[in-house]
Amino acid sequence: MTSGWASLRRLAPAVFVLAATAIVTASAEIPLNERRSGYADLGRETKAMQDDDTANPGMLAVLDGEALWSAKAGSAGRSCADCHGDARTSMKGVAARYPAFDAKAGRPVNIEQRINLCRDERQQAKPFAYESRDMLALSAFVGLQSRGQPIAPPDDARLQPFRDAGRDTYNRRQGQLNLACGHCHDDNRGQRLAGIVIPQAHPTGYPLYRLEWQSVGSLQRRLRNCLIGMRAEHYAYGAPEYVELETYLMWRARGMPMETPAVRP
Amino acid sequence: MARALINVPAKARKGDVIEIKTLISHVMESGFRRTQTGEAIPRDIVTAFACTYNGEEIFAAQLYPAISANPFITFHTVATESGTFEFKWTGDNGFAATETAKIVVE
Ligand code: HEC
Ligand code: HEC
Repeated sequence: MTSGWASLRRLAPAVFVLAATAIVTASAEIPLNERRSGYADLGRETKAMQDDDTANPGMLAVLDGEALWSAKAGSAGRSCADCHGDARTSMKGVAARYPAFDAKAGRPVNIEQRINLCRDERQQAKPFAYESRDMLALSAFVGLQSRGQPIAPPDDARLQPFRDAGRDTYNRRQGQLNLACGHCHDDNRGQRLAGIVIPQAHPTGYPLYRLEWQSVGSLQRRLRNCLIGMRAEHYAYGAPEYVELETYLMWRARGMPMETPAVRP
Repeated sequence: MARALINVPAKARKGDVIEIKTLISHVMESGFRRTQTGEAIPRDIVTAFACTYNGEEIFAAQLYPAISANPFITFHTVATESGTFEFKWTGDNGFAATETAKIVVE
């Protein structure tokens, strides 16, 4: 399976140059008015694909998710719709404020985990596996209901330690290339890594359709790709470290419009 | 049945050149890949696509392993009369999908 930057061996020299030029460890955060979505760096054709709901392959997953929304499941025999009604109203803006603090877990949960909580507790059904077709479909469908809405992390003091932990992970050098996320996404944003424009790493469009993947994938899959590209150890899907990173990234992108399901190269 | 998205203008004037866009969900497994343990993954692709306009074929295509997942096929035709477009995809392992779209020509 392909992962991260197409061929690490081929790209390694470019990454080393980048490592050598990135001296500062704690990178400055991007000023709010200089933030731009990865969408802004897409080619004309890829933009057109995202903009047209009949050309965006992410919408195929949304259609699957719509069907799952009203399918009864589990020993409770209830569908999402039985409790939440029309997703266009009940789920509007919901994905834009996740990860949110879950009192029972005592930590933030992301939108996929939130969906699985309902699967488990309310439907009494088997939770969806991460990156499974059904999980991606439902989270794309729920995410679509926030499209165009500003990212709005909850104003919840209990999230702060987790956001800080995410920021620390983001700014910490790791892996064999000894890079931090910020070396690429803050210090060298807009520059090129081999042929690829380095985006600012805003999680505006997830789950999204990535042309390289030939499928829809979650934000955690994207983060996993970057960690592999850095030759760092990646975490298991659903790991607290990922959710903390997500909590920080969503805060960093606060106010930016959601694009789910976006398209990326 | 596989999900498909069709974009046909609902209305057109007689003689207009219209654009038709189709997108279908399909893995398009090329048959050239192997699993981590070295076993060949069998080919599973859409092999043919055809579109009829009130029963008459106006566009057809053959698809091959190098075409990406979820094939997106667009083409143009001349709006001649009101009626129905029918889209048909067929492929490996008995894959078959059909969709229709209506157009009003004034
Ligand atoms: C038996 C009723 C029931 C079913 C079935 C159910 N939910 Fe829920 N869901 C709830 C309740 C009640 C809440 C809010 C209370 C809580 O649990 O925190 C909730 C909360 C949520 C939230 C968080 C909303 C927010 O504003 O933060 C999401 C997202 C969600 N559900 C998605 C789903 C999905 C997707 C399904 C189907 C797989 C589903 N739910 C099935 C009852 C249900
Ligand atoms: C060596 C440079 C580099 C490092 C280090 C790096 N990334 Fe990335 N990242 C990229 C590139 C390049 C892309 C664009 C994707 C592509 O086309 O390969 C990307 C894409 C992303 C995206 C997707 C943005 C979008 O528009 O969807 C996110 C989010 C992201 N990275 C987060 C991170 C995080 C978090 C870390 C640290 C764990 C990290 N990256 C480390 C280079 C890097």
